[in-house]
Amino acid sequence: MPGIETAVPALALRDIACHFPARGNPGGTYTAVRDSTITIAPGEFVSIVGPTGCGKSTLLNVASGLLKPSQGTVEVFGKPLTGINRQAGYMFQADALMPWRTALENVVVGPEFAGMNRAEADRLGRDWMARVGLAGFEKAYPHHLSGGMRKRVALAQMLIMDPKVILMDEPFSALDVQTRQLMENELLELWQADRKSVMFITHDLEEAIALSDRVIALAAGPGTHPIGEFKIDLPRPRDVAEIRHLGEFSRLHAQIWEALKDEVLKGYAQGKR
Amino acid sequence: MFRLKNPRIVLVQILIFILFIAGWKALTTFGIMSKFFVGDPFVVAARLYDWFSTGMIFRHLGITLYETVVAFILGSVLGLLVGLWLALSPTASLLASPYLKGFNAMPRVILAPIFAVWFGLGVTSKIALGITLVFFVVFFNVYQGVREVSPVTLANARMLGASRAQLLRTVYIPSATSWVFSSLHAAVGMAFVGAVIGEYMGSSAGVGYLILEAEGLFDINGVFAGVILLTFFALILDAIVGIVEARLLHWQPREATTVGAPA
Ligand SMILES: Nc1ncnc2c1ncn2[C@@H]1O[C@H](COP(=O)(O)OP(=O)(O)O)[C@@H](O)[C@H]1O
Ligand SMILES: [Mg+2]
Repeated sequence: MPGIETAVPALALRDIACHFPARGNPGGTYTAVRDSTITIAPGEFVSIVGPTGCGKSTLLNVASGLLKPSQGTVEVFGKPLTGINRQAGYMFQADALMPWRTALENVVVGPEFAGMNRAEADRLGRDWMARVGLAGFEKAYPHHLSGGMRKRVALAQMLIMDPKVILMDEPFSALDVQTRQLMENELLELWQADRKSVMFITHDLEEAIALSDRVIALAAGPGTHPIGEFKIDLPRPRDVAEIRHLGEFSRLHAQIWEALKDEVLKGYAQGKR
Repeated sequence: MFRLKNPRIVLVQILIFILFIAGWKALTTFGIMSKFFVGDPFVVAARLYDWFSTGMIFRHLGITLYETVVAFILGSVLGLLVGLWLALSPTASLLASPYLKGFNAMPRVILAPIFAVWFGLGVTSKIALGITLVFFVVFFNVYQGVREVSPVTLANARMLGASRAQLLRTVYIPSATSWVFSSLHAAVGMAFVGAVIGEYMGSSAGVGYLILEAEGLFDINGVFAGVILLTFFALILDAIVGIVEARLLHWQPREATTVGAPA
């Protein structure tokens, strides 16, 4: 995409560091993330891959404004971020739905907060439920829905707000392979319709390559930071199941894995300790 | 609680009741224990029938129920408000914590004489005692409930643009309701204890007063009749809380059951 580098980024994390109070060591600190600069252009789909526990969610929380970094700044369309990132929608790794609300009531929660009247919000909510393939489940409570359906509700709940920037934290990692590929394709279709900027966290390299314009690999913790960026020039629209068979896909996979391998092994060794 | 029950279970429950009454009756009939101490189930039943047929019980029952319900409502609302407030304000919670702990550790039933001095022997002193008992049960549960709100649900609501007041209404309160209801079951009992103990310590009306009076006359059957009456109405109030709970918490997952499976 020409010109992307010169345009104002939709989201820019600059020199971010995050120190947490260390566990089992009162007064000490644990540096989860340091020296991390990540920019995402308008309309760009960027995946962040890294070993489990390295600090991916931490970076996303910084981007959302939920977590203030110890050092560094966040800019949203060129403006410094203070407080919650109002331009962003966030899809959490864990279940974040309100269990006491029906699927539809969950989907319309954002418009309701914004003061939209009930009838209008319901109409919009039904529309979004249909778009994520959940027509007919408006009155179901979350505990009656399957894991994949709950993810769809969460997706509709986020997209109904029409955010300019989408933050997703391993949204499909808890799903079975088939459901997961279905949802990945649906996500791409929705994204293709009105290209928003996406920061997509995953620990699955194949998922990252299949979805993204760019993949950023992170080092293992502590002190996680980007160790490589890879442009994914695969044709769009894509089918995540079929794209894996392209020779170019395997080449990219091998290339990124080469960079990531040592970090994953490091992360694995730390996890075992 | 008010689900359709298996008829066989109900049958066994009735059988247990009959056995219990028969055992009670047998104790005195065969002289194992004195009628003076354990009474006679038939006399107790006759007494209850008397109270209702003459209508004399309604005034006393009305007063006791009035004290109970008012103490229950005021104590619960107070517990809910203070619980929400302290759970959401760390400074206030830090300041209040030693006093709340102390007040909670105190056997509050001994406040009855103080309330009698302050508010007289009428219903107010009983309500006051009931409130102090109910308040803490509800307060601690609300506090706990708000503290246990899922941080992810909270973060999600904030990302969707919730203001503080909206967070309270759409996340904190609904999420604390199941805790509130588990406390309300205990709170109903506490409100009853407050009313009856208050009456027992000094009053001129109420079921507690009836028990006190019967005791003064060494009328053990009257005492039992009062106790049974109170138990019955405590169960009714508890069932009402259960019905409201089932209505408000219908979203909660229940144990899964299938239809048509062989027993
Ligand atoms: N609030 C916190 N307090 C202390 N440590 C934290 C906190 N959040 C994250 N961490 C630590 O930071 C590291 C990175 O966590 P996280 O960003 O959740 O990893 P990932 O999402 O990549 O699996 C982990 O070691 C975790 O224990
Ligand atoms: Mg994570």
